[in-house]
Amino acid sequence: MNEQAPAAAHGLWRDAGRRLLGNRIALAALGVIALVALFALLAPSLSPWSYDGLDWEHLALPPGGRAAHWLGTDRLGRDLFVRALHGVRVSLLLSVLASLVSLVIGVLWGAVAGLAGGRTDGWMMRVVDVLYSLPYLFIVIILTTLWQRGSIAVLLLALGAVGWLTTARIVRGQALALKHREFIEAARAVGVPASAILLRHIVPNLLGPVLVYAMLIVPQMIVFESFLSFLGLGVQEPHASLGNLILVGAQEMESAPWMLLVPAAFLIVLLICFNFLGDALRDAFDPRER
Amino acid sequence: MLSYALRRIAGTVPTLLVIISVSFCVVRLAPGGPFAQEQALPPAVRANLDRLYGLDQPLTVQYAHYLRGLLHGDFGPSLRQRDFTVSELIAQGLPLSATLGLAAILLAVLTGVPAGVLAALWRNRGADYLITTLAAVALALPSFVTGPLFALVFGLYLRWLPVAGWQHGAPRYLVLPVLTLALPVAAYLARLTRASLLEVLGALYVRSARARGLGAARVLWRHALRPALMPVVSYLGPAVAFVMTGSLVVETVFGLPGTGRYLVEGAIDRDYPLVMGMIVVYGALTLLLNLIADLLYGWLDPGVRRE
Repeated sequence: MNEQAPAAAHGLWRDAGRRLLGNRIALAALGVIALVALFALLAPSLSPWSYDGLDWEHLALPPGGRAAHWLGTDRLGRDLFVRALHGVRVSLLLSVLASLVSLVIGVLWGAVAGLAGGRTDGWMMRVVDVLYSLPYLFIVIILTTLWQRGSIAVLLLALGAVGWLTTARIVRGQALALKHREFIEAARAVGVPASAILLRHIVPNLLGPVLVYAMLIVPQMIVFESFLSFLGLGVQEPHASLGNLILVGAQEMESAPWMLLVPAAFLIVLLICFNFLGDALRDAFDPRER
Repeated sequence: MLSYALRRIAGTVPTLLVIISVSFCVVRLAPGGPFAQEQALPPAVRANLDRLYGLDQPLTVQYAHYLRGLLHGDFGPSLRQRDFTVSELIAQGLPLSATLGLAAILLAVLTGVPAGVLAALWRNRGADYLITTLAAVALALPSFVTGPLFALVFGLYLRWLPVAGWQHGAPRYLVLPVLTLALPVAAYLARLTRASLLEVLGALYVRSARARGLGAARVLWRHALRPALMPVVSYLGPAVAFVMTGSLVVETVFGLPGTGRYLVEGAIDRDYPLVMGMIVVYGALTLLLNLIADLLYGWLDPGVRRE
């Protein structure tokens, strides 16, 4: 029994890997994401401008490369190429970190609930249900009002607080199924404490499906983050996020449509690629749904 | 059915109470207050303001007072928009937000479901690929991106529709907002309908209906469609919550005077009664609509009632 289980898991991963590699759309999406991330990391240093530097001689300049403003400038003369890539960097970083935060909360919450069972389980899942029944924005707005706006830590907490619900449900289901497996019973029989069973035996066995789900959370987090910044509750000026760039762009679109189109294009490309990749991952691990 | 309904309704009330209590605590515990910014007020003025709005009393007293007001439909005065009560503000904005949301959901059902059915019937052919790809793209794009882009294309370049504004509910001004709100819901419904119809079409009873010589249209109408639409019904509750959040964006982008913007403005201004009022109203609406979706589901599927 003990030797079969890892073999089966290995088979699942290898199968999924092969299906993923055979999916050309997923590979292309992954390539584009990597390219955009790399570009966001390296390209701003090619430009002579910084994300918050003002160029008084070129205010609201359309794209075209005059004065090395490759994608134009905004009303204050800040370079849009650098700002958009800066925004991509902020969005990617925040959403990956927020996914990790929500992953940790979700895994622990779900594993504890599933392992404890009974009334504790009932109450913990009831909390998840109640939070689910609220539009997520309420939670985020309440959390961002808690401390000062624009603080990265609060933003991470707020985003992570939203993402963990589904993870907790998935993990609880898995933990319930694992709880009655022989190796857990054996561990309990030899007197391993509950916390050690949780961390040494339950959590490692949950990681597979949870990691796949984490890939699906990242684009959601990108959307949440830009949405909050769009509403003025997230990343604050002079820092750039795709969300606050789109907000300014939407206000200026009658006279300067590029201020909207540049950040929107980056966001659209990222989101479409992440979603195609996520769909492909889900198909790879769960080939029934086709 | 009746006991199922009663059980569902009984489950909703405590949830609403929990939502009210938790958000009351959290909103009040946030540092800073409505009168704590810009230049400092003279202490006497501050104290008078606090006394006027009851902010000087202990939190428990304020909480009891708030609950008592809620029972009478009174959400208290707005702290920043001095001449209005929260009830007045919400009553002003809610009809527009509700119109937007309902129109969007109606449009989404009327386009998304047929698109999903067509995709399922034409599985793995050109039209199916077109519909699923369009749905995937539409789902990937948030409304704060599609809204401004729609305004740019249809409003500024093509000049078919007004870019923004309201004109007291003239339908022309509501087309783009409703379209923006409906797009992701329609895309999700198309995907959901396609997947569930494909599953049903593979079921044995559908095969036996076909084997008895029933035509494709009859099999679809009489046997396949109703069970296939169950997931669609159960999605309508979450869809409403989604649309309510979306209306916030759409009202900002298109400059509509609905309730959505109060939530954000209230949060930024620390206007406690306004934020609380919005949370209570939106929370109650979400719960109510989820309840309706649940009841509808229980009515359609007898198996759900006995759990």
